[in-house]
Amino acid sequence: MSDSVDPMNPSQPLGRLPKPVTSMPSLAKVDAGRTGNKPTAALEKIRRTYPRSSRIPDEVFRWIIILSAISVFAIVLLVVWELVDKSKLSLHQFGLHFFYGHDWDPVNDSYGAMPFIYGTLVSSLLALVLAVPLSIGVAVFVTEMCPQRLRSYISFLVELLAAIPSVIYGLWGIFVLAPLLRDYVEPFLAKTLGWTGLFGGPMYGLGMLAAGIILAIMIVPVIASITREVMTAVPQNQREAVLALGATRWEMIRMGVLRNARIGIVGGVILGLGRALGETMAVTMLIGNRPEVSKSLFAPGYTMASVIANEFTEATGDMYLSALVEIGLALFIVTLIVNALARLLVWSITGGTARPSA
Amino acid sequence: MPASTSQKVSLWRRLTDWGATGFAVLAAILVIVPLLAIFVYLVIKGIGSVNISFLTQTPKPPGELGGGMANGIVGTGLILAVASVIGIPLGIGSGIYLAEYGRNRFGDLIRFTADVLNGVPSIVVGITVYSLIVIRQKHFSAFSGGVALGIMMIPTVARATEEMLLMVPNVIREAAYGLGIPKWRTTLSISLRTASAGVITGCMLAFARVAGETAPLLFTAFGNQFWNLKLNQPTAALSLQVYTYAISPYDDWHKQAWAGSLILIVLIVGAVAAVRITTSRGRLKGA
Repeated sequence: MSDSVDPMNPSQPLGRLPKPVTSMPSLAKVDAGRTGNKPTAALEKIRRTYPRSSRIPDEVFRWIIILSAISVFAIVLLVVWELVDKSKLSLHQFGLHFFYGHDWDPVNDSYGAMPFIYGTLVSSLLALVLAVPLSIGVAVFVTEMCPQRLRSYISFLVELLAAIPSVIYGLWGIFVLAPLLRDYVEPFLAKTLGWTGLFGGPMYGLGMLAAGIILAIMIVPVIASITREVMTAVPQNQREAVLALGATRWEMIRMGVLRNARIGIVGGVILGLGRALGETMAVTMLIGNRPEVSKSLFAPGYTMASVIANEFTEATGDMYLSALVEIGLALFIVTLIVNALARLLVWSITGGTARPSA
Repeated sequence: MPASTSQKVSLWRRLTDWGATGFAVLAAILVIVPLLAIFVYLVIKGIGSVNISFLTQTPKPPGELGGGMANGIVGTGLILAVASVIGIPLGIGSGIYLAEYGRNRFGDLIRFTADVLNGVPSIVVGITVYSLIVIRQKHFSAFSGGVALGIMMIPTVARATEEMLLMVPNVIREAAYGLGIPKWRTTLSISLRTASAGVITGCMLAFARVAGETAPLLFTAFGNQFWNLKLNQPTAALSLQVYTYAISPYDDWHKQAWAGSLILIVLIVGAVAAVRITTSRGRLKGA
């Protein structure tokens, strides 16, 4: 910021516009920067020809903006710091045993998070199994098959799914989905697929299956919107080339589109997984909240997020609270890894333009 | 599929083509059905319980009929106001940084942290704000609830602002600099103004996203059966009340949970739809 020759009068009053600049830096450079559409070195040079007095508010503004950017960084650091600080007690006491211990016993201050980790994993994987084919189907339908006029309506409806608060999903799940599962779906599954052992035992409606289904409904918009974006990023001539070889529409989609977009789709799926792992309210309302590891999907379970939601305000004693915060820390680390991985994959396809809606 | 080639295509390939088309249509229907089901149930079950007393009264003790969620509606407004005051300026500020100053490694770092923040489960944000504010203040408060939701708004607003500012052509900035307008004026009155439609869209989407959040409020705003207009007291919120009522054993409370959800969804869908009607996303002012 130190240029020796200032063409303008440095004592010009603040806020006045300086006279037109006579010695402009080469405009060719400015032109060259235009295509990239980002602030260029040449623009900075023009700016430096301004009088020093008018640069003071510029500097103040710049620092305000930098501070708000730093605040984002600071918030994430604070989250990490608070989680580590508040879970120290439990980290020291239980070590790695915390993650495979089965007993969750606030009375004796002995904590193992295994049932919650199991519940989180199983409900999220179940959600993925249900949501992935549906999301890809919707994305294929919207980008490749549906009439132009329907397109924006369907994507709007799918986006709307993302806007429904999770507590409303939970409410709907308790009073509509769970009775439906209990009276019709679960007896049917028990009769036809009961031999697998996955569908057995008493049918409450509330349980792992209900949680998985509601999670699937909630992550479809995430996966579908990313899949749609990476599919649109596939160049049109890829499709035309495959069609020209005599492919049917499905063969064109499979070979020309899905194969090219697969890394991005995997990224979208992982992003959906990240959302499912951290989802709290709907799952808490539907999963039954019992810390058990059970093979049957009808049985109630418990997830990491729901145990925090249910017990955090009631946690008496430092060790109890610390154990709950450690679950939060584990959840944070897992979602961090999952999200970073997903973004890398999606970025490698779209060049950094795609992002999840809300 | 072009009609002229279908003659030569084998039966198996035609069947898989039809099958795939059928599956895609089925998937679209299966995704839309729950959405419609949720809305239909919300309206059918909720509309009967939305009345004057629901909108003007506070909750009655369990077992007594009647009462309403007036304090929850006001509480949600209070918390969202605090959240917007924190989240929108910080979000727009970081967005401006990312677009106008952040074409460097530090910018990439901020961009990455914004994405990390976007992926942090809401319940973890709740824990953090609980230990940062609630433990220090020694009581639950509307303010801490607002802070939690505000933090969750920042990444959405920031990325929307960045995206829109990057769409503003550089020619416009050059024109402003050529007239001798300082950078801060150029950014605020010219770039940001040109991008305003998209930035407002981003803010409304962030608002809609946090309006129904429940998990972080469980241990920040906490909920309240009575009126509260003070920022430093526990406050009721619509979403919290819906949760409490939904898992309660009382029929009357279940009805009120549906009514509360209906109000909440009208608020959120109203915000999203208003944005979609008034501003088409991605369009620049005057462009």
